[in-house]
Amino acid sequence: MNTTVVEQRPETDVAAREIRERVGIADLIFRGITRTSGITVLTIMSLVGLFLAYRASEALRAQGFKFLTDQAWEPDSRNFGIAAILFGTFLIALVAITVAVPLAIGTALYISEYAPRRSKQLLISLVDLMAAVPSIVYGLWGLFLLQGRVTGISRWLTTYFGWIPFLHVDGFDKADPLAGPAGTLTSSTFIAGIVVGLMVTPIATSVMREVFSQAPAGEREGALALGATKWGMIRSVVLPFGKGGIIGGTMLGLGRALGETITVYLIISPVFSVQPHILETGASSIAATIAGKYGAASAFGTSALFAAGLALFLVTLVVNFVAASIVAKSRSGAVSDA
Amino acid sequence: MPEITDPEKLFAPRADGLSTTVVPPIPSDAPATRARSISGLRRSDLLALGGSALAALSIVTLLFTQIAPLSGPIGFVLLTYVIFLVLYALLVSFDESGPVVRDRVVAAVVHSLAFLLLSALVVIVAFTAYRGLKALVHINFYTQDLTNAGPLDPLSVGGISHAIVGTLIEISIALAIVIPLGITCAVFLNEIPGTFARFVRTIAEAMTALPSIVAGLFIYATLILILGLPKSGFAAALAISVMMLPIIIRAADVVLRLVPGSLKEASLALGTGQWRTVWHVTLPTARSGLMTAVILGAARGIGETSPVLITAGYTASMNTNPFSGPMVSLPLAAFNLVGNPQITSIQRAFGAAMTLLVVVLVLFVIARIIGGRGPGNLTKRQVQRRAKESERDAKRFSQLADTTTRSSST
Repeated sequence: MNTTVVEQRPETDVAAREIRERVGIADLIFRGITRTSGITVLTIMSLVGLFLAYRASEALRAQGFKFLTDQAWEPDSRNFGIAAILFGTFLIALVAITVAVPLAIGTALYISEYAPRRSKQLLISLVDLMAAVPSIVYGLWGLFLLQGRVTGISRWLTTYFGWIPFLHVDGFDKADPLAGPAGTLTSSTFIAGIVVGLMVTPIATSVMREVFSQAPAGEREGALALGATKWGMIRSVVLPFGKGGIIGGTMLGLGRALGETITVYLIISPVFSVQPHILETGASSIAATIAGKYGAASAFGTSALFAAGLALFLVTLVVNFVAASIVAKSRSGAVSDA
Repeated sequence: MPEITDPEKLFAPRADGLSTTVVPPIPSDAPATRARSISGLRRSDLLALGGSALAALSIVTLLFTQIAPLSGPIGFVLLTYVIFLVLYALLVSFDESGPVVRDRVVAAVVHSLAFLLLSALVVIVAFTAYRGLKALVHINFYTQDLTNAGPLDPLSVGGISHAIVGTLIEISIALAIVIPLGITCAVFLNEIPGTFARFVRTIAEAMTALPSIVAGLFIYATLILILGLPKSGFAAALAISVMMLPIIIRAADVVLRLVPGSLKEASLALGTGQWRTVWHVTLPTARSGLMTAVILGAARGIGETSPVLITAGYTASMNTNPFSGPMVSLPLAAFNLVGNPQITSIQRAFGAAMTLLVVVLVLFVIARIIGGRGPGNLTKRQVQRRAKESERDAKRFSQLADTTTRSSST
């Protein structure tokens, strides 16, 4: 049997040497410059928030709590609030997410699990490219190509499922679809939501794909070795592992969908009352309201728009923070599991 | 190879106390083994796929043309797809067990979802190109502005040169602001960690949530309403900068974090200061990643309409001075032109959108070519250059050594 014997050292002066960091002038300047840039960025970012709050304060003070409950948008007669446009923003984002989530999960699974190894990089690039396509291009596409095609689906949905409250369309007659007010089914929340959904799918896809591809190889192979089919493996390993990524990617997409401006502005015809019928003409969104009203707004009207912008910013901020923390948590879990 | 039959001898101890590893022999009469193909695509699978697709198509065609009063291309495709899935599941279930049927159906669904997304991309690009083609084929579309071309004028008059120039000017100003500030800030986040850096990082990440219209609104409030400056290209460039800054900081931060710590430590251990380490080691190592971050950020910035909409104003004529007068960019031109009901105006809008799409595509391809490699992966030319540099260093060192030995010997 072996024992480790520690040799007794003779007592000497072996106090740790003091390490002094000597920072040269060049390094001091470097640190100064980088720190200044950090401070500059911080200043710009806080200025954005402060200015929004400052400019919004006039309208908020005038309107008080009614700002959250009023539906109309007539700032000059002191009758305005974000109830309708905030509701409309969320409704469009919800339709968008309903479209985006299945597409994103499917595409992410395809890229990480099914695609041939050689084409993976190309597919990832294509999805990234789709995220970089300008919103005006999506808007033109939605307005000129999709709108005419989707009204058929809208008509079918409201004909057979019109009894579900949010699929109901006022003034729509089953027996004679053309009888109601002209164009009852165009420029609706539904159409805007589909286009915005396609816009946010790539962002959600890339988050999900990254998390899916980090699912531990050992557990994948374990599942396959126990006789699981590919779907069995995905359901028992990849999806539980990627749950954080799915939720986080969805929330990130939601954040983008809430702030989308031009596409929504091009497609919807704005209404300023709570409009829960998604197939019906008329929808509303905060960003589109700002884009549409800033030009002709009086000083007070501008302040009201700033208040709406502030509300939108706060909502997307909360959504993004939650998303980022969920994604970060799922990533750190990946590290400790591996 | 000597034939060893006694298993004891496989680990025979050697006289010097060490042991050798002996590879077990392959029996000479072993059958030649070939790697089995494990990609499980059989003929019956393909037949099941093709058969159910064909059957679904026939059933739906029959339904649409003969039996039910159905119409519309989207309904046709949707119904075909649903019937295809049902038939496919049925066909597979004739030879396979329940889990395999589910596996096949899910595989079909996943494939079609991915196909749907990618075909949406193709349709969007192709549709924009198709509708813009009438405008894009005229040379004057790229060389003239819209000063003399009203909405009713034919496409052979007027173009979007003012928007192309405006886009280039605006994005150049924005990049001139964002690249130094953003990358220095990313360096700060990585090189001087601490509470303050963490705080800045959190704020920068929060700002990526900033809706682009709000970025425009900010510049509108400060520059135009408070300072009283007119709407101009410069204001638009600032709005784009505010929007791009957090995106680029975040991307550059991630790229810089990927630079191997061992490289930096090696440089510091050689006695290099922090500044020289950053300049000569960290930044060159991360260069391709940083370029990608910047180019992708620029692609986002170029395509944004809403901040520009509020801050740039609209003009139909060329304006090359970003500080005075409205300046129009490609997305804004497309947005404004599509507001007119005339057919030529809409064609011009699609032409502008397609031009914008091509610019974004080119930027994207450049980013992919540069950014295909991670930190430390070099191109052939870079490897050659490094080899030459080390050769030069070696020569310098040997000369130095020569002179020192000569001077010490004398």
